[in-house]
Amino acid sequence: MRAPQPPASAPTPSAPAPAAPLTAAAGGPPRLPVRREDPFDPPAELGLIRAETPISRLSFPDGAQGWLLTRHEDVRAVLADDRFSADRVTASSPVRRLTFKPEDRPGLLLTMDPPDHTRLRKLLTPYFTTRRMQGLAPRVEGIVADHLAALRAAGPPADLVPAFTLPIPSLVICELLGVPYADRARFHAWSATVLSLTATDEEVLASRDALVSYMRELVDAKRREPDDALLGTLIRADNDLTDAELSGIGRLLLIAGHETTANMLALGTLTFLTRPDQLAAFRSSPDAAGSAVEELLRYLTIIQFGTTRVAREDVEVHGRQVRRGETVVLSLPAANRDPAHFDRPDELDVTRPPSQHVAFGHGIHQCLGQQLARVEMRIALTALFDGLPGLRLAVPADEVPMRHDMAIYGVHRLPVAWEE
Amino acid sequence: MRVIADHDRCQGAGQCVLHAPDVFDQSDEDGTVVLLTETPPEEQEANVRAAVRMCPNAVLSLEEDEDEEEKDAPPVGSSSSSG
Repeated sequence: MRAPQPPASAPTPSAPAPAAPLTAAAGGPPRLPVRREDPFDPPAELGLIRAETPISRLSFPDGAQGWLLTRHEDVRAVLADDRFSADRVTASSPVRRLTFKPEDRPGLLLTMDPPDHTRLRKLLTPYFTTRRMQGLAPRVEGIVADHLAALRAAGPPADLVPAFTLPIPSLVICELLGVPYADRARFHAWSATVLSLTATDEEVLASRDALVSYMRELVDAKRREPDDALLGTLIRADNDLTDAELSGIGRLLLIAGHETTANMLALGTLTFLTRPDQLAAFRSSPDAAGSAVEELLRYLTIIQFGTTRVAREDVEVHGRQVRRGETVVLSLPAANRDPAHFDRPDELDVTRPPSQHVAFGHGIHQCLGQQLARVEMRIALTALFDGLPGLRLAVPADEVPMRHDMAIYGVHRLPVAWEE
Repeated sequence: MRVIADHDRCQGAGQCVLHAPDVFDQSDEDGTVVLLTETPPEEQEANVRAAVRMCPNAVLSLEEDEDEEEKDAPPVGSSSSSG
């Protein structure tokens, strides 16, 4: 059994907890279960853990040990508890050896704690309010219409990932931030490598560095000539943001702004193509689309390996001592399928009333761009099925390549056809 | 029913405006919650309760009218049945 290797700042943990009764990693506690039996469901093992073990010991690829929480109530409680830090420099990742470097941290809100987090969040939030994002609907509709027109002009079949689901949120976030859309091939490639679990450490670091350099150059250019988009506006507002912070904000919003929505669009489309009854309910009225989007977010929960927190002090959780410095993995997919909170949790029901799903997280870090994601999903999914009549998969459903190998779940390709 | 907002807790996620746009807004300054009314009309009750429930930072709370306490049933879909 490998000895626990806590982060340097953490005290040595007490005697290791008894190994959980599941497949162990080299004799120690198990790794986070990641193997899905069904492409639409989280790993079944997560459900067993949630039913039987409220908190369980986990091994991480970097050799450290920590904890796993799977229940909705617990996940929300930890995400709202300031005894846990969002820091990802000292945290272990459940799926890879690499974590964040300290120099990556400025501007990356998701790995910051108050008061630094509060300062940046309050600078950014006015640009992402619910009404402001809803006000972008006409522009999103225009972008969606352009991509549908191009699809119809080229005719079936088509792969919706490069033709629809990826470019739409990419163009929207580029316009919002002021990132040249012409650079998309580069940042799509960097982003895909950074999120890949099969890329080598060297490849991941090289792509991270490339993204850092790219955004630093862009921030330099905006300093010289600030435009009216977000990065330029933040510079003109003269709020003492450093170049490193602006670059971090730019990287975070660029990646988070297109990868998440792109994958929800593609996976949501695949879901509807395989559940005609749910598609019909979704299309039944404009009001139905809003709740359908919420249910897709809950049911599909694409942040598939959860999020992590690090204990800032010793904390007792369900009778176990989480030691200062230990990483706690919060399984968002497991929490969103918790039968203690949701009726028929494994059933997709787009007519479900508003639910307290944690697809966007919970607490102070709940997704800054969630209202934009909602607008994009509602408009793009509605227009797609209206605009391409008879839309269907062009391959058997079980041949659609799923993103098991990426930090953000979804599909790699989505081959479809429709009636011309 | 009176709505109370604990401003210091607000991070501007916007859930309240999403669920009850006639009762809540967000500030242009820092995106935090603005109450359009502290005493929303009865027809807004379900929306306001949804906003309270969805807030990720427990910013909002409700002060029930005294004569309403008797009929203060749990909000639809709350706690163990929110699915």
